[in-house]
Amino acid sequence: MKTAERIEEKLTAALSPLRLTVVDDSHKHEGHSGWREGGGTHFRVEVVSELFDGKSRVDRQRMVYNLLADELSDTVHALQLKTLAPLEDTRR
Amino acid sequence: MDNPVAERIKQDISDNDVVLFMKGTPVFPQCGFSATVVQVLSHLGVKFKGIDVLQDPGLRQGIKDFSNWPTVPQLYVKGEFVGGCDIIREMFQSGELQEHLSSAGVETQTAA
Repeated sequence: MKTAERIEEKLTAALSPLRLTVVDDSHKHEGHSGWREGGGTHFRVEVVSELFDGKSRVDRQRMVYNLLADELSDTVHALQLKTLAPLEDTRR
Repeated sequence: MDNPVAERIKQDISDNDVVLFMKGTPVFPQCGFSATVVQVLSHLGVKFKGIDVLQDPGLRQGIKDFSNWPTVPQLYVKGEFVGGCDIIREMFQSGELQEHLSSAGVETQTAA
């Protein structure tokens, strides 16, 4: 399974997101530290979940980081995160 | 005192109001995410200490353990972890960062 799919699967299972976007951004970081051939190093994640309600930004991102700890200690070098509670989501 | 890296981090964040753990230096950031936070702080006219984690593998891992945060950059204000690049950018755009800094007693200069 590709890393993006694994990220999607884990976040879906744990956060029951109302909206979830996972984008492999690796090509934009070609040649940067942590980058390697074939992608799977840099991701952009936007996730809307009721579980974020009432939580600080730091707590929300820690939740996501903890869920993806295996990926982060493996190939994932950078994770750009946007973590929104349903009421903050202006794109719905 | 069995963890010298953690002790040093504690010292740095208590000696300096605003500390940015980053890749590279404020003048030559080595990573786009670090550069973004430097830009925000510079734009706000905030004096900060930049600490290059690339100079020290122990610190590079140590700051992640210390903050329970797996990525760099990391911004500390008055000894308290505020966030990484995404959080700082969001807070800056919404004005929360400016509020946070001024309520912490950190001087900012609003760019004209």
